[in-house]
Formats: sequence, structure tokens, C-alpha cells
Amino acid sequence: MRHPGELVDIPYDLLVNALVAGLLLGAFYAAVTVGISISFGILDIVNIAHPGFVILGSYIAYIVNTRLGFDPILVSIAMLPVFYALGAVIYQVYHASFERRGQDSLRGLAFFFGLLFVTEVALVLVFGVDYRYVHAAYIGPSINIGIIDLPLRMLVPCLVSLALIAGLQLFLTKTFIGRAIMAVAQDQLALQLMAASPTRIKRIAFAISIATAAIAGALLIIIQPVEPSVGREYIGRVFAICVLGGLGSIPGTLIGAMMLGILESFTSTFYGPSWAPAVAFGVLLLVIAFRPSGLFGR
Amino acid sequence: MRSSTFILLCTVVAAFVFAAIRWVGNDYLFVAGYVVLQFIVLATAWNILGGYTGYVNFGSAAFFALGAYSSIFFNKAFPLPVPLLIVIGGVVSGIVGLGMGYLTLRLRGAFFAIGTLALAIVLQTLVTNWRYVGGARGAYVIRPGEIEFLGPYSQYLFLLMLALAVIALSIARGIERSQLGYGFATIRDDELAAEASGVPTLRLKLIATTISGGLMGMAGAPFPYYLGYVQPSAAFGLEYAVNSIAMPMIGGTTSWVGPLIGAILLATLQQWATVTISSELGVLIVGVLLVSFVILAPKGIVGLVEGWRRKKAGS
Amino acid sequence: MTAPLLEISGLGKRFGGFVALDGINLAVAEGERVGLIGPNGSGKSTLVNCICGTLVNESGTVRFNGESLAGLKAHERTHRGLARSFQLPRPFTSLTVAGNLRVPMVYTVNARPGTHLSAADIDARCAELLRLVGLDNKATHLPRDLTQVEMRKLELARALAAEPKLLIADEAMAGLSQAEVNDIVGLLINFNERGITIILIEHIMRAVMSFSQRLVVLVSGKKIADGTPDVVIQDPEVERAYLGQ
Repeated sequence: MRHPGELVDIPYDLLVNALVAGLLLGAFYAAVTVGISISFGILDIVNIAHPGFVILGSYIAYIVNTRLGFDPILVSIAMLPVFYALGAVIYQVYHASFERRGQDSLRGLAFFFGLLFVTEVALVLVFGVDYRYVHAAYIGPSINIGIIDLPLRMLVPCLVSLALIAGLQLFLTKTFIGRAIMAVAQDQLALQLMAASPTRIKRIAFAISIATAAIAGALLIIIQPVEPSVGREYIGRVFAICVLGGLGSIPGTLIGAMMLGILESFTSTFYGPSWAPAVAFGVLLLVIAFRPSGLFGR
Repeated sequence: MRSSTFILLCTVVAAFVFAAIRWVGNDYLFVAGYVVLQFIVLATAWNILGGYTGYVNFGSAAFFALGAYSSIFFNKAFPLPVPLLIVIGGVVSGIVGLGMGYLTLRLRGAFFAIGTLALAIVLQTLVTNWRYVGGARGAYVIRPGEIEFLGPYSQYLFLLMLALAVIALSIARGIERSQLGYGFATIRDDELAAEASGVPTLRLKLIATTISGGLMGMAGAPFPYYLGYVQPSAAFGLEYAVNSIAMPMIGGTTSWVGPLIGAILLATLQQWATVTISSELGVLIVGVLLVSFVILAPKGIVGLVEGWRRKKAGS
Repeated sequence: MTAPLLEISGLGKRFGGFVALDGINLAVAEGERVGLIGPNGSGKSTLVNCICGTLVNESGTVRFNGESLAGLKAHERTHRGLARSFQLPRPFTSLTVAGNLRVPMVYTVNARPGTHLSAADIDARCAELLRLVGLDNKATHLPRDLTQVEMRKLELARALAAEPKLLIADEAMAGLSQAEVNDIVGLLINFNERGITIILIEHIMRAVMSFSQRLVVLVSGKKIADGTPDVVIQDPEVERAYLGQ
């Protein structure tokens, strides 16, 4: 293990590449987190099962890719309605069983924890614990710009993720339903005056949050081979990013994701990959303890 | 019933269970029974925080593993008898529980839950990278084959866990009937109103996390001796977190009986599934039961039975 | 003249850029009945929360019974004799009506130096309080069985069970019928006659006018009037900012 003091001896190109890798990774993390930013950040629904749905998305991309040879990203776009419907159903159950009865804290948390666990174990039972991966033309080659190495395997997910984030931000700020979603957390009365049922708005928002998991899952399996328990590592990441970015802000999510990506990339470059999982959770613990309103919160 | 009577009764039942298994004479029953007892302690401990105050701990595995790894550490540094290791494991986990609570309990409940999840992963990474306690590959402990006066070592561990279960249940029941349990209930119902009524909520929550974490650590301390071998992925297994939530939720969270019933049912079910089908299927059933119960029977088995009895009395 | 029981000076509280309370000064003498009124969002609830320790004020001081409350948590303020009821009743749902009243007795009255109520004392006081508010036939019921007005009475009785010197009643009558409002006003005056100082925050003018010996008006986080009800009500500024809307 090296010590931080030795950082000065690290070659310049390693440093630059770690930074670039961190940015690419961070952009991808934003796609995984944006669903949580909507459900936890905006709707105040602590959906810890979100990473489970991301892994589910990975496996669907994997099955269709290996059986039929379709591109994983296209598969995930085709799966959006299915995940949207899944999200709508889950919200309906959550609302009827916990939210309406005012039992959303203890039992709601246990519910999502159970869903996460059931998804993971079911995937283990069907596919086993072997790592699975997909095939696509952009997995493998790299673009080299000077000393910077840009693997397409990272660059493509980065671009898709940025498009997803930009699309969601436009939707939330420019459309009627989007603005209603942003308002739902703060002012249910105003929402009723706009003649929108809060439950319906929340259902749409939650369904969208689950739909993003389809895309995030495809991106995940492009970046790395996936096995069912990979989702657990992402629980810390997504909540760390969500809290860092100031709960419910989409641009904040992107910035938080980039910061965590860079931090993790530097950790694994300079300390070794076995320490990387602790970074996200360590950041999460620190942020929760000292800055729960996020770095950009008031 | 007075607490002393309850403890006496528990001890009698425990002695009877031990005698019965010895009479059957099948050593596997001690090995399987140990696991059931261990889950009784874990579920009861989880419920002291989760059921009584309403704060969800997803990091049961972390507290359990803290107990197991403090045993590994002392086993290498200066070997001590297992009962003493249980006390040490309890103290270590209790202190971590207190620290964890102090950092996150001033915030909304969700942050505590997420924080405990984070704690489990941070600790697992630390242990995985700590060579002294075996790192990722794990560590062996040499356990004696026989214990004087008693016989096989598995019976000795079984007895220790049996005693821990009696202690855990007595603590839980004691809390329920004390002023402390009364304060816990006000926190679960409405924290703001509790403060306004003069309940020192933060202090009570810290007491709950400390007791709960400490008991989980105690349950984990004999674990290396039970297996003879511990690796991080086993000690930090997600099934500990899931089971210690599922058992009280399925049994019923408002009294000590619920976690006891839930633990006996689910742990036995999993032991049976592991032997006959596969352990994955066993834990899948636990997950499905957890989700079904929180949706359909929010008060657990205890609530179902109470409802059924009320209906019968009413008709 | 003796020092006031509650003395607030220069109290300020902001949420981000929004100034919720701006330099509030207010003194309440022992035994007084004060009405606090103001339009929605004028800062009444924020003021209550700052006095009771649910929120932390950025500037100014709150002194109670000659002691500064700075840095004291909500439960410590309750221990010192400052009780409140909530705008929306917040009963302990898993405890019976009598059980709700026991909480402040066990955690506040018994936490005061020199007092220790036995279980029998507590039971007797519970029964007495329940009789006082007219809930004696509901003692063993759970709060979910109560009607709106009974819920409000439980809320007040629980605050009273802490044996406070000062009771702050936050909109104890919203949504009640006229007869029920009279019922609650009568209760509050009864409490006051037993020596408890009361600040009543209320929208229903008729209730405030019949209850208050003194009226304080908040508008946009500032105190704009403070005096006897009939004088305050005629104040042109009050009329314009509050009653005229």
C-alpha cells in the first residue's frame, strides 16, 4: 500500500487518466442514481430496492443480447414501458399498504429491502452466481487522444447517461407533469389546485424512476460483467450521490456522481480496487453525519 | 408475571430443551439448534431498536460480524474463554452501535437505515483488507473437541447460545414493561410529541442502539468457534440482515414473543430447506414471506392470532 | 413589578432566504391569557417552535422563569415548565388515552428534582385530568376511537399533564363546531384559573376575543400590535394587514 504523501511521485499521465476514468464512471453513476433522486429525493420514498431493478435490467439486456444478438442499449430502451409498468404497480402496492396508512417508515423500508433481496436471490436461483456479460461493437476498442485513453466501453454509457439526465431535467422543468412532480414534495395543496391528484403524479414519477433502471442496467453490464449481488455495492453509491447532490436535484445528482466517480477512480488507481467499495459508503456516512442537506444544500 | 419469575421460567424451558435434545442423542440437533438460537438472539436484538422505537437497522450483519471478528482478534492476540469473548464482542458492538446512533439518529429515520447499510459495507471492506484477522481468505480457530463434564464442544456452544437467548428475551421483556419501553413506544408513535412530553428521545434511541448492537455482537462472538473458520463474506452475509428483519416482522414487532416465534419458524424452515432442497430457496422463501407479511399482515403472526381470538370472543 | 415568566427579545429565524421571524419582542407575565393571531404564514407556528425548542432561532433570546433557554432541547424545556399542544393533534397511537397522559407524568413531572409520583399517584392524576376535560369514559380507549374534539382535548390534557407554568395552545380549535369551540375556551379559562399562564394561537376571532386578556398580532414575521383586545382590534395597521384581507 502506498501512502498519500507519495502522490507527488505519481506520473502525470496516470493522474490525468484516473481523472478521465473517474469522469466517465461518474457519468454512468448518474444514470444509476437518477432513479433514486426521483424516488427518494423528490417523492421521499426510500426505495433501497432500486439497485435490484438495475441488476434486473442488466440481466434482461444480457438474455436478449446473447439469444438474439440485439444491442443492450436498444434492448433497454425497448424495455422502458415494461419497467414503467412495473414501477407503477410497485407504487400502487406501496401506496395502498404503507403510504396511505402512515406506516411508510418501518414497514415501507422492510418492504423495499425484501424486494431487493428477493430480486437478488431469484436471479441467483435462475442464473447462478457466475459473472455475465454482453457483446457489442463498442466493447473493447478505445480512442486515444494524446496521453488520454478513452475506452468506448465507458464512453458510450457516459454519453447515453448524459442524454438520459438531460432528457429528465427537460421533462421535469418544462412539462406540466414534470413541474407537478417537482411540486408534489413541497406543496400538495398547490397540486390539488392544479387539478392533479398527488397519488397519480407520484405514481408517474415513481414509474419513471424505475424505468431509468432499465437503461442503467444495460449501461452497467456494458461497463462490467454482472452477477446478482453486484447491486449491493450500488446501494451505498446511489444514496451517497443522491445526498451529496442535495436530494432531488437532477443537476446535483450529476455533479455528485462525477465527484464520487473521480474519488473512486483515484482510490483504485492509487490504493487498489479492494478499497473502492468503502469509498462510497464512507462518503455516505460522512455526508449523513455532517452535511445531511448535501454539499450544495443550504 | 415478575421479571425474576420470567427468567426462571425461561431457564426451566431452556434446560428442558437441552435435556430433550441430549436424550434424543443426535448431535446434528445441537448444530442446527445453535443456528435457531442464534437467530432468536439476533431477531430479539433487532426488535429492541426496530420494533420498540421504529428505527430500521439494515446492518445486523455488521454488528454480528463485529462480534465474530473481535473473537478472531482476541483468539490471536491473547486467547480467552468463549464466555468472556461473548462479553467483549457485546461491548465492541455496543460501542459501535452507540457511535453509529450518535452520528445518524439526530436525522430522519431513513438516514439511520441507510447509514447502517453503509456501516456494514465499510466494516466488511476494512476486515477484508486487514491481514491480521485473515483478510479476504478468512481465519481458522482451533476448537477443542471435548469439554470437561459436558461432552462434545457443539453442546457447549449450544448451551452458551441458549443462555444468550434467555438473556436476550429477558432484556426485551424487561424493557417492554419498564419506563424505558414506555418511552420507546412514544418515539415509535410520534417523536415530536414525545419530546414535547419531556421524553429525552435522543438518549433513549442511543440506549436502544447500544443494547441492540451489543446483543447482536454477543450472538456473533461464538460464531468462529461454531464453524472453526470465518471469512468476511460469511460473517457479513446478507442473510443475517434479512433474517433479523424478517423474523420480527413476520412474528410481530410489538412484543418479545413476535421475534421468538418468527425466529423459531424461519430458522427451522431454512435449516430444513438447506438439508432437503437448497439454502438459496430457503432464503428466497424468507424474502417472499417478509414482503407478503409487511403488505398483508402488518402486525405479524402475533397480530393475526390476536385478531382471530378477538373475533372468536366477539362472536 | 416581578420579572415576566416568558421574555422573548430580538428573536429572529430564517429558512434559507425567507425571513420567518424578524426581531420579535414579547413578554408574558405569570397568570396572563395571551392571544396570538396573524394571517397564514405570518410566523406564529415558527415562533411556537422556537420557544419550545423544536426549531433553533438564529438571533435573539428566549428567557423562561428567569433562565435562558438557549441550547436546551425541547424535552428539557418541557421539564422546566413549558408545555405545548400541537396544531394537528399528535397522540401516541399505540397507547390508550390514559397512557398518553402518563407519558408527561413519568418523563416530565418525575424528572423534576424533588417530585416523585408513585404509580397510584399517576393513576389518580390521570383520572382527575380526564374528568377535567371530560374524557373519563374514554380512558382505556385508543386515540383512533376519539372524535375530533376529543382528540383536541386529549392534546390539551397531555400538555397539562406535564404540570406546566406556561401552556402554548397552537390552534386548538381549528375545524370544530361553535359549541365545541366554546367547550375548549371554557377549558382553557379553567386551566388559567388554576394558575397556568396560557398563550393561545388561533384563527377563530370569536374564540380569541373571548379568551384573551391581551392580543399580540404577527404579520410577515414582525409583531405589529400588542395590547388589550379591543384596542388592538381597532388598530388600523392590524385591520389593513390582517382583518381586512
